[in-house]
Amino acid sequence: MEKRLLLGDEAIALGAIHAGLSGVYAYPGTPSTEITEFIQSNKLAQERNIHSRWSTNEKTAMEAALGMSYAGKRALVCMKHVGMNVCADAFVNSAVTGVNGGLVVLAADDPSMHSSQNEQDSRFYGKFAMIPIFEPTNQQEAYDMMADAFALSEKLHLPILMRVVTRLAHSRAAVEIKDPIAENGLNPDSGRHWVLLPGIARKQYLGLVEKQAEMLNVAEASKYNMSKVKKAKTGIVACGIAYNYVCEAIGTDAAVVKVSQYPLPEKQIRQLAESCEELMIFEDGQPVVENDVRAILGTGYTVKGRLTGDLPRTGELDPDNVAKALGVATELTFAPAKNLANRPPQLCKGCGHRDVYTALNQVAAEYPNHRIFGDIGCYTLGALPPFQSLASCVDMGASITMAKGAADAGLFPSIAVIGDSTFTHSGMTGLLDAVNENSNITVVISDNLTTGMTGGQDSAGTNKFEAICLGLGVDPAHVRVVVPLPQNMEEITKIIREEIEYKGVSVIIPRRECMQTLQRHLREKKNK
Amino acid sequence: MKKDIILCGVGGQGILSIATIIGQAATEAGLYLKQAEVHGMSQRGGDVQSNLRLSTEPIFSDLIPKGKVDMIVSMEPMEALRYLPYLAADGVVVTNSKNFVNIPDYPDAAAVEQELKALPKSVLLDIEDLAKQTKNPKGANMVLLGKVAAHLEILSADQLRNAVSRIFQRKGAEVVESNLKAFDLGLNA
Repeated sequence: MEKRLLLGDEAIALGAIHAGLSGVYAYPGTPSTEITEFIQSNKLAQERNIHSRWSTNEKTAMEAALGMSYAGKRALVCMKHVGMNVCADAFVNSAVTGVNGGLVVLAADDPSMHSSQNEQDSRFYGKFAMIPIFEPTNQQEAYDMMADAFALSEKLHLPILMRVVTRLAHSRAAVEIKDPIAENGLNPDSGRHWVLLPGIARKQYLGLVEKQAEMLNVAEASKYNMSKVKKAKTGIVACGIAYNYVCEAIGTDAAVVKVSQYPLPEKQIRQLAESCEELMIFEDGQPVVENDVRAILGTGYTVKGRLTGDLPRTGELDPDNVAKALGVATELTFAPAKNLANRPPQLCKGCGHRDVYTALNQVAAEYPNHRIFGDIGCYTLGALPPFQSLASCVDMGASITMAKGAADAGLFPSIAVIGDSTFTHSGMTGLLDAVNENSNITVVISDNLTTGMTGGQDSAGTNKFEAICLGLGVDPAHVRVVVPLPQNMEEITKIIREEIEYKGVSVIIPRRECMQTLQRHLREKKNK
Repeated sequence: MKKDIILCGVGGQGILSIATIIGQAATEAGLYLKQAEVHGMSQRGGDVQSNLRLSTEPIFSDLIPKGKVDMIVSMEPMEALRYLPYLAADGVVVTNSKNFVNIPDYPDAAAVEQELKALPKSVLLDIEDLAKQTKNPKGANMVLLGKVAAHLEILSADQLRNAVSRIFQRKGAEVVESNLKAFDLGLNA
């Protein structure tokens, strides 16, 4: 059998292709980006013409995938955890409509916030939508599960949520590869269950509730949920990669239920509880299973985990905090070094965002009450030294709408800085709100012609920004384009000053290619 | 036998290429391997690290526990110090000796060097200086890999050397040659 060294993300991608995938829909987001990138460059995916172009945001991705499922084909949606918030409307309702072709939604969680603004646990979304959840333990399971998830989706006529965390998404191991199966043919549905008018939705929702018993049976019989029930003081429930840390600390002989498919296999959990004095729950992310196990066993039974302080309440699990919870001492020889400083990430040398912040800081200094609202991307680093320009960074698109709300409250000058890709993702609608009320804000769309933070993916609005702003109704005299370079500082600061002084919505578009993609393009040219 | 390695440096210095080559050699040798890396925000001039685990037995955790690292391989001396609590009692540090200063509070370079040299097992090498001899300044990471090859044990220098050839093959014979030269300089330094 062929073995390949794959990142968790790549194993998911290849697993999906080999499971007869017809389309992946996604917006880039760490740690999920490599799934779609792998499909874009995979030979078989190219031969099969599998859809893999980036979507404008997670909601458009989720809806397009649902459309492909409606048409009878298998579709995958990929995003980072916070993308689930963006697509939540479509996601939750897709459990009510049900699916035709298999539909898998992949959420990559980022506990410890390596590259994120929160550590929300996507399993809550799966429970909320009342659909099955897969949580692979390793790269091999990630690959194998895709075929099973698509098959289960078609069997239950429900979307499946697959949840991974950073340490699996971005870790490499050898994976055994199977033969690919064919794609589904075109087979559009024609049922009325896709029309969620209240009368139909009520029936569909009741059907979803009635499917829960079958879902539980499937999870309890799943080959991915392994249990070793035996007499022990502490029984272990370990979810996904947490199981690896448990094995690392105490080997594979413990009394354990390994959970990789939900709903939680209640039968096995009860059996384990009966043969042990207490249970300890190991799960990466939030204490989802810990609470569920408490609900299953009642208050008389001791359940330990993140909520009892046996494991840290926040941050990812690792071999050290898991070993400590299991009473295995870590032997350290070396203390932390003395000659050590933090080395935070920073904007690249020559990056256009640098010139944007230099100019903004220079003009903003003339207005002691100014605030600059930031957004999500490389340019969020403008909050750190040496610039320290930004007052906020909340979610995709929030710079424009927060600037508007603050301006509504009387703040002046109220400035927003947003990247090109973030603007098309979720900034456009907020700009329309501002235009409709002629809010007194200055919006800077720092356009580097790419989705930079995640490694330089295509940006949905490239070459369309002036047209979008004009189309939304921004006064043409107040849509200004500049080239962010040190030698243009005089012009840029003059324009910023003019647009701050203009009472209404103005948009300044500093446009210069990202240094990373520029260097890549130069290399490609040289190699031709 | 197993080898737990932390590869580290500053974003853009090429630690992932080192990981790729060791990974290729390990796969060819039929070893079990897990390699966790960091993508995204931290790649922008910040500290980066990768946990690389090689073993003749199956590996569970993608991350290495503290106090168990057999080798810290670093493209930058202060970055090597960042992971000291992970180093096993008999672990070795193999690092570039040239400081990469892109922060205002970088500690005293001599103190960094002294702290590294005070460790029971450490190897400091000016890999950038050696790379210049190959007329391939970007080959500094291959010089470091060569030095690693001299200490790795679980893979031989020949196995790693072959993997260097294999990885750079599609970039042409010239690129293979200059990277092998860098590798050998490190190996014999």
